[in-house]
Amino acid sequence: MKTVRRKLDIRNGRVDMSHGSGGRAMADLIAGIFRDAFANEFLDQGNDQASLPIPVGGRMVMTTDGYVVSPLFFPGGDIGSLAVHGTINDIAMSGARPLYLSAGFIIEEGFPFADLQRIAQSMGLAAREAGVPVVTGDTKVVERGKADGVFISTAGVGVVPEGLVLSGDRAEPGDAVILSGCIGDHGVAIMSSRENLSFETAILSDCASLHLLVAAMVAAAGPYLKLMRDPTRGGLAATLNELAHQSGVGFRIHEAAIPVKPQVAAACELLGLDPLFVANEGKLVAVVAPEGAAACLAAMRAHPLGREAAIIGSAVADGRMFVQMTTAFGGGRIVDWLSGEQLPRIC
Amino acid sequence: MKYVDEYRDGALARDIAAAIAAEVQPGRDYAFMEFCGGHTHAISRYGIEDLLPPNLRLIHGPGCPVCVLPIGRIDDAIRLAADPAVTLCTYADLMRVPASHGGSLMKARAAGADIRMIYSSLDAVRIAEAEPARQVVFFAIGFETTTPPTAIALRLAETKRLTNFSIFCNHVLTPVAMRAILDDPDPIGIDGFVGPAHVSTIIGTAPYQEFSDIYRKPVVIAGFEPLDVMQAILMLVRQINQQRCEVENQYIRAVTAAGNVTAQTLCADVFEIRDSFEWRGLGVVPSSALKLRDAYAAFDAEARFAIRTVHADDNPACECPAILRGRKKPSDCKLFGSVCTPETPIGACMVSSEGACAAHWTYGRFREHRTAA
Repeated sequence: MKTVRRKLDIRNGRVDMSHGSGGRAMADLIAGIFRDAFANEFLDQGNDQASLPIPVGGRMVMTTDGYVVSPLFFPGGDIGSLAVHGTINDIAMSGARPLYLSAGFIIEEGFPFADLQRIAQSMGLAAREAGVPVVTGDTKVVERGKADGVFISTAGVGVVPEGLVLSGDRAEPGDAVILSGCIGDHGVAIMSSRENLSFETAILSDCASLHLLVAAMVAAAGPYLKLMRDPTRGGLAATLNELAHQSGVGFRIHEAAIPVKPQVAAACELLGLDPLFVANEGKLVAVVAPEGAAACLAAMRAHPLGREAAIIGSAVADGRMFVQMTTAFGGGRIVDWLSGEQLPRIC
Repeated sequence: MKYVDEYRDGALARDIAAAIAAEVQPGRDYAFMEFCGGHTHAISRYGIEDLLPPNLRLIHGPGCPVCVLPIGRIDDAIRLAADPAVTLCTYADLMRVPASHGGSLMKARAAGADIRMIYSSLDAVRIAEAEPARQVVFFAIGFETTTPPTAIALRLAETKRLTNFSIFCNHVLTPVAMRAILDDPDPIGIDGFVGPAHVSTIIGTAPYQEFSDIYRKPVVIAGFEPLDVMQAILMLVRQINQQRCEVENQYIRAVTAAGNVTAQTLCADVFEIRDSFEWRGLGVVPSSALKLRDAYAAFDAEARFAIRTVHADDNPACECPAILRGRKKPSDCKLFGSVCTPETPIGACMVSSEGACAAHWTYGRFREHRTAA
């Protein structure tokens, strides 16, 4: 007997426990929302695993990441596009070409089909634009109250070209620190859309896949490019501190050289935040040997995602591994790790 | 950013720094206390100390509302929040302040207490309105700056006839604290004050007159931007050099002699002065804090929940009390940077970003052992 695929009532329907039970309802959900959104030859194999060709040469890199952002939809993106960009960027920071993604959805009972479809479509679009397919996935449904709408966990694999070794322990005194653009956009976009912080800004999340920018940098700077990292949670400050400790060096940066959009600076001012600690989802920090800094910077500025790239400082010998900054005002300060959440001051 | 960048201009800062360097008399030292945590934060955040001559020293004052709140009051708040009927609304800085027995509001929340971080006193009123079954308590702290918003929240709750909203009042008074520091029997040698910014927008310049007239200490009220601080320091140097003792107002764009009379009237209606209040660092200071007037007893959490504050001792090794009095520097404390860091604060001065220890740790600690660099 031929089974008939029941069409989901996307406009009014909601996820219920049956959609995670492994039965026909789950098959309908996958067919009606995910398969359409992600369609590619590997996913379409329809098996419990994707069967993938092995790349020739180079080294494999693999990453995994979880997405629990609130709100799910924010100016400039949503949890779906964020999951794609975030995973691709973790792969790309090794200098790798990202190849494949996986996506696991943990959905709260009662979540509207329409929102789930919007998220899946956005995720599919981001993956297609990046040229990195979602080749396998998983769907789970948990009781109401056991999740916050939807959580997405991803994995990604990529391949690093032969001979390229980028690693957080390679910064040496004298190396240039290059930032790919304005900081703080993502965090401020998220905060501005939270219900109890209702100021309106024209700030969009910067979330974007950086692998093509990275490819341009690798081509331009070659062996002079020593490491890259995307300053997500904890912002630029956390990233530089991590790198200082991993490499056993200090950094000296210049506040006046760090690009920050005026709207972001204004929002941070209002909230008592420091843009140095605010999350980014489409920026990277590169440490480059001085001989390659100019070429790397030029290649970044020639790419749409690096147009505002700037050399913001350099690595220095410092046994205490401090990140020190010359303020625009002319004094010195430390740029420390963020402690706890970055919260507004009360007066 | 218009109206902000102008006050952080590096070229102007160098000009003022040059003027200060040229005008300080080499034969003497200058010690100025910045009362406010907001100034402490700006001084550290912008590296102002690097722009000052070596014989000019800034002493951090007690003007950090989180830092001066005694442990006993945090314990009270934790006990309140442990009541299953209570939703405690607090400004975020208070969450991590260490309480007795290793507790904190953050730990109490993790253990199940309903504690919510809010950005405005009015958020607490909104929560009370939206959740009539909850007893919503607003943990009100701060100097004269944050007092009017508490009064407005109370008035709003009254208008809305909310019976499930109350205020745990811990508001304190700036001039009384300044007097307590100057009355210290073993004075620390303050030559003048960088006077409060936001507090002065409310209370005006008049309440500081006693410090110039009676205590013979110059006061320059200054804004919280770094150029404000630099300019105020220059004005203090000039008063000292010219042997003047005046209350001057650098922050004329926001502060008037009379202050915000509307806010003062509102606060006088809602609050009255407590007989005494304990401050971390300053001890029990008479007439130094506010409580709700009897007319508003229905909104007073201390009455509603029969709060009886029990004094709790600070960690004996913690130098917060001496640091809050300006007697010691953060780096004089044995705990600083070893067991006491922003991640694991032992004293309140390491919690708030306005606290002297947190500011020094976060922005300025590279100046320790500078030669080792």
